[in-house]
Amino acid sequence: MKSLEKFMRKLEPTHESKWAKFHPVWDSLYTFAFTPGETTKKGSHIRDGIDLKRTMFMVIVALIPCLLFGIYNTGHWHYFAEGTAGGFMDHFGDKLIYGLLKVLPIVIVSYGVGLGVEFIFCIRNKHAIQEGFLVTGMLIPLIVPADIPLWMVAVATVFAVVLGKEVFGGTGMNIVNIALTARAFLFFGYPTMMSGDKVWMSGIGDMAKENIPEGVTGATQLGELASFTGAPEDFAHASISAFESAWPIWESFMGIIPGSIGETSVLAILIGAGLLLYTGIGSWKIMVSFVLGGLAVGALAQATAVNPYMELSALNHMVIGGFAFGAVFMITDPVSAAQTSTGKYIYGFLGGALSITIRVFNGAYPEGVMMAILFMNVMAPMIDHYVIQSNIKRRLKRLKTA
Amino acid sequence: MSEKIKAPKEPLFSKKNKRLVTEPLDDNNPVTLQVLGICSALAITVSIEQALIMTGAVFFVLGLGNVIISLLRNAIPSRIRIIVQLVVVAALVIIVNEVLKAYMPGPAEKLSVFVGLIITNCIIMGRFEAFAMANKPWPSFLDAVGNTLGYGMVLVIVSVIREIFGSGKFFGFPILGNNIVDPEANLELTGLYSIGYMNNNFIILAPFALFAVALVIWVQRARNKSLIEEH
Repeated sequence: MKSLEKFMRKLEPTHESKWAKFHPVWDSLYTFAFTPGETTKKGSHIRDGIDLKRTMFMVIVALIPCLLFGIYNTGHWHYFAEGTAGGFMDHFGDKLIYGLLKVLPIVIVSYGVGLGVEFIFCIRNKHAIQEGFLVTGMLIPLIVPADIPLWMVAVATVFAVVLGKEVFGGTGMNIVNIALTARAFLFFGYPTMMSGDKVWMSGIGDMAKENIPEGVTGATQLGELASFTGAPEDFAHASISAFESAWPIWESFMGIIPGSIGETSVLAILIGAGLLLYTGIGSWKIMVSFVLGGLAVGALAQATAVNPYMELSALNHMVIGGFAFGAVFMITDPVSAAQTSTGKYIYGFLGGALSITIRVFNGAYPEGVMMAILFMNVMAPMIDHYVIQSNIKRRLKRLKTA
Repeated sequence: MSEKIKAPKEPLFSKKNKRLVTEPLDDNNPVTLQVLGICSALAITVSIEQALIMTGAVFFVLGLGNVIISLLRNAIPSRIRIIVQLVVVAALVIIVNEVLKAYMPGPAEKLSVFVGLIITNCIIMGRFEAFAMANKPWPSFLDAVGNTLGYGMVLVIVSVIREIFGSGKFFGFPILGNNIVDPEANLELTGLYSIGYMNNNFIILAPFALFAVALVIWVQRARNKSLIEEH
């Protein structure tokens, strides 16, 4: 460790050297390995042992179960589409290798492109490089289908980092969740690669129709559910009970379902959630109220069901699609979420309610979590404003009566 | 002394008159700085052809309208000036609409209601109110030229971005190759499309025009620091 520090100190670009411009790059790598030796010069600041770098790293650790499960799940559904999958744990090695070959390039492209953009902007603006992208770079691969072309990942990452974050002033200044901005860009830009029944099982898009085993539609559960909002002859299953027996809720909870890479397993997400809550990085207020909002609308839809989709139980809504992933990793993004305590409850509840509302009542968008969270990101400052105003009013009243 | 003091005659292209044309191009652009005419910048910038036709139509309405209003400016009672201005715009827009329908039925169909909606283009009423009501016909005409050019410039920049990346074409010519597969007509993917490139649908959607206009504003302010507001 001593020799590494000596080596890095030797590399440090000083003001005079021609590499002075690249000091932020050196600084970011140095502080990755060592605690910076400088102390604050002016004023007093209360410092916590856990700074931005440590916070971001903790979120990445929390995402690892999702990533590992996602890699294996990608392989499983590839062999499922070919009809040779067997049980979930059969052909363990083959599935793992296929998944690794599919997922790792996406992760590498996402990090490479995103950090590249971040470095360019930091050097231009003479900012220290912040670690905001470390988490985003991991989130982007987890919320896209495994078959997404790599150049699309690159384009979406550039779009999201530049227009979602850098134009507002870089890390900590984004008004919307950057990973979801990238996903929304892909969703609206290349809908054939982000929805439908050709992308959710890796490799199924290139297979001839007659090679696909009977009964494999290639659609996600949400895609099949969305058919219930159409004409009866297009229904993917005879009824909701047929759907529920085809997709047992337990398997959805474990994550043995087709979907975006990292969002299928509620179990893996819960492990991450536990870590985030234990370290206090994720806000439990937002997570809990998000789930409650979803349950409330799900239950309401079930109670007033007029079409088969609305009969789906509220609990089942929690474990399919990206709801759980959104609740733990997306809506809790501390920058774009509401800041006030009461605001967090309102923000989370409305986000969850809106997610299920879009799902159930809009057949054109089978999944509503992404749009609901982006919408609530934009609304968060307004929620905070009214919470603060009502607080001021309440205290004014108390002052007058006293 | 009842003799009228005569102002010295201004040359047609004096420095002041030239500025009327050049200022709206950059320093006082109607779209990127005054944020007027945004609605049409969103609606008709999917192809360069539409953007140019729209610019032409706006030039006709604004140029003629500015001159007419300027000629009438001393005769219009100020309490009903908005109504008079509206009548002038409406008449000119109807003429443009009919001419386009008669001589360019194809593009007119694509522009559909947006030609008629020139009447609500804020740039036009804005220039009538702010300039033509207080200036002579010739400067008013130059003002119309400048503002139309500034408006058209932004429209064309946005539409170039949107047409190339949204539909892979430039002026209707497929520069990135053919992206339609049709075995019967012997069509297959060529150019960039054969190596996996796809058009971006999001760029065709109206919201992207907001991003495109924002990018134009970003570049403009990075180049011209005097436009950046103090907070």
